[in-house]
Amino acid sequence: MPLELVETWDEFTDQKQYLYTLNFGPQHPATHTTLRLILTLEGEKVVRAVPDIGYLHSGFEKLGEDLNYNQYVTIVDRMNYISPVANEIAWHHVVEKLLGIEITPRCKYIRTILAELARISDHCLNIGTAALDLGAFTPFLYAFYQREQIYDLIQEASGQRFHPSYTRIGGLMYDIRDDWIRMVREFVQTFPKAHSDIHRLLTRNRIFVERTKGIGILPRELAINLGCTGPVARASGVVRDLRKDEPYLAYGELRDTFQVVCATSGDCYARYLVRMEEMLESLKIIHAAIENLPAGPVNIDVETKEVLPPKPDTWRTIEGLIQHFELIMTNRGLETPHEEIYGAIESPNGELGFYIVADGTDRPYRCRTRPPSFVHFAVFPYLAVGHQISDMVAILGSLNIIAAELDR
Amino acid sequence: MLQSMIAGEQLLETLRERTGCPAISFSTFRDNYRILVPREYIYVVLQCLKEGFGFNMLVDITAVDYLYYPDARHRFCVVYCLLNTQTGQRLIVKTFLDEPDLNLPSAFSLWKAADWLEREVYDMFGIIFEGHPDLRRILLPESFADFPLRKDYPLRGRGERHDFPAISRAES
Amino acid sequence: MALGLPENVFIANLDKLANWVRANSLWPMPFATACCGIELMAVGASRYDIARFGAEVMRFSPRQCDLMIVAGRIVMKMLPVLQRIWLQMPEPKWCISMGACASSGGVFDTYAVVQGIDRFIPVDLYIPGCPPRPEQLIQAVLDLQEKIRRTGTLTGREFQQRTQLQTPQLLTAPPSDLIVAPGDYRTATQRWPADDKSSSVSSSRWPLPQVN
Repeated sequence: MPLELVETWDEFTDQKQYLYTLNFGPQHPATHTTLRLILTLEGEKVVRAVPDIGYLHSGFEKLGEDLNYNQYVTIVDRMNYISPVANEIAWHHVVEKLLGIEITPRCKYIRTILAELARISDHCLNIGTAALDLGAFTPFLYAFYQREQIYDLIQEASGQRFHPSYTRIGGLMYDIRDDWIRMVREFVQTFPKAHSDIHRLLTRNRIFVERTKGIGILPRELAINLGCTGPVARASGVVRDLRKDEPYLAYGELRDTFQVVCATSGDCYARYLVRMEEMLESLKIIHAAIENLPAGPVNIDVETKEVLPPKPDTWRTIEGLIQHFELIMTNRGLETPHEEIYGAIESPNGELGFYIVADGTDRPYRCRTRPPSFVHFAVFPYLAVGHQISDMVAILGSLNIIAAELDR
Repeated sequence: MLQSMIAGEQLLETLRERTGCPAISFSTFRDNYRILVPREYIYVVLQCLKEGFGFNMLVDITAVDYLYYPDARHRFCVVYCLLNTQTGQRLIVKTFLDEPDLNLPSAFSLWKAADWLEREVYDMFGIIFEGHPDLRRILLPESFADFPLRKDYPLRGRGERHDFPAISRAES
Repeated sequence: MALGLPENVFIANLDKLANWVRANSLWPMPFATACCGIELMAVGASRYDIARFGAEVMRFSPRQCDLMIVAGRIVMKMLPVLQRIWLQMPEPKWCISMGACASSGGVFDTYAVVQGIDRFIPVDLYIPGCPPRPEQLIQAVLDLQEKIRRTGTLTGREFQQRTQLQTPQLLTAPPSDLIVAPGDYRTATQRWPADDKSSSVSSSRWPLPQVN
């Protein structure tokens, strides 16, 4: 176990008696869920931090080999559980890339809106809990109220508030209602107020600034070398956003409506600022997308034999029922190429990729997830060294580690 | 697409020249560009790609167990996903491995991101990365005996998940 | 009244009095591991506000708590931690298993996930759902309060008789990769007759693993 490793670590042998090992987690309020750190302390200064993960390893990838491409979306949901829709979109984006499906414009726009709503809700929770860990309770309540609004939107669209499992190969479970458009417009109007409330509570709050500024600095070169993506990398000056660099969904058409938010200092405060600004950019995307929402079908043509027919057809017509069974029966199902593919989207946390190996059947032979949290938590030992123990909480909060995505 | 193909061929030529390995092959699928490298040359190729072609980010390392894959000739495949952050170009490097020799040189000296990614591959598949600073299990407990993502390991395990003492109400 | 008590003095059964006090000041220990943990936070946050039911004092130190809410799946590596935290909590204590994963493993029927925490620690209340809605958790807290009011005793006599886990027992059948008929529907596993190993299921996608 790592505890012994610290003992045999000889760099500090002569002053080992002054060093102190502290176990942090796995059940600790600031670890949000289940992380464990073994900190070697000299006084209050961290000399070495060894993360120990796997406290939520549930075999997602093994389970993916047992479920088919549509079923696995329910498991993917539970990966980054503070923005589940983004995971669904990532998964089906890669599956559609594998099958060579071009989804309809309406579906692209709806998915874009959902992905951006997920980004806002992810950043809201991250900022709220990061502030909560540093002692500020009010921003958490404000941020969580906005999350509840987004839950309402997702519930209105899909029927489930938390894990919607809304996407399907070639489309969505069902089309949105017109009422939803009104609700999204309302959200676009009301969110800036809440955003500015959080902004006024935190951005110039002296305690918050002093506890985050200059803490956990991640230089640009190290960020690239460690494979960081998303807000963590952008706060370190890596100008990279898959929404601009490899446009998917409707981001190609909407690319003029938003900007990539970057910072250069790479500390916890920069990561906070990047997330705050990204929420406003996401709001711009949502605004542009909802105003330009194309009409037309939300699913691709049923004749392609790749998309499930609409539920009323399945229940009421014999053709629909046959098509439905053609897809879901174990000995029929989708036909996939004997190929392997890597695809990724910009999830709220960074590059969320899937590496799928298909073997011709309707189940993936191997479905590897490239989780941003996993890569970001590997950064933690580099950031922690030299800071005080109370700063660990600030660094953890700013990296936005989601245990289920970390351990899968 | 065509231009990318030509770029890929050029990359391949240069790579063969610099590493002295003739057996590198190139393939594409959708927008993925993949090269297949014999395992002896994997470190040289990765080093060359990083230093000569600017692939400065290691996005992912994973492995695949081809035990039941139709027409597969090798058991394992280790996959490196690389990214050039300047040009946005992606490249997937694959290498095949067979039992009993499941050793590969570690890429930790090139990219620090390889640290945890290699540990995960070791944890899930039992592939050993030589030269890795700290190759331990990362996700599963140290006492776990199997490599769960291998295809001959059952989905529901071999009973490890319930191998714990139970606490009754009177004891607690 | 015959005793002639002063106005603000009441006489009550001591057990009842203790239950009344315990039920209305539950201090939860949020053992939040996964998705349900976020819903647990939602219950504590502004819209659902569990403070209305006297259970908002979330304490992360098990020594201060009397209600453990296990929110999320518990895996092999986490289970010893869970048991240790449960043992650290002082009596009287109760446990709510929140969500499908904690109660039964949920969708994660895999090698690493414990198929229900009730196999290893006592559970008082189960909440279905993946994850349950916040209203369900509030209802669970109310139900637990009702349970405490009805069954609690001051010295915890009701627990002393429970030497066995009164929950689904551990499966003794060998692990199987597939659930197919004819199987044991009670334990949801395939039966493995000693002489019938060769005629294993042919419709399975992969060859069945060797089971000893």
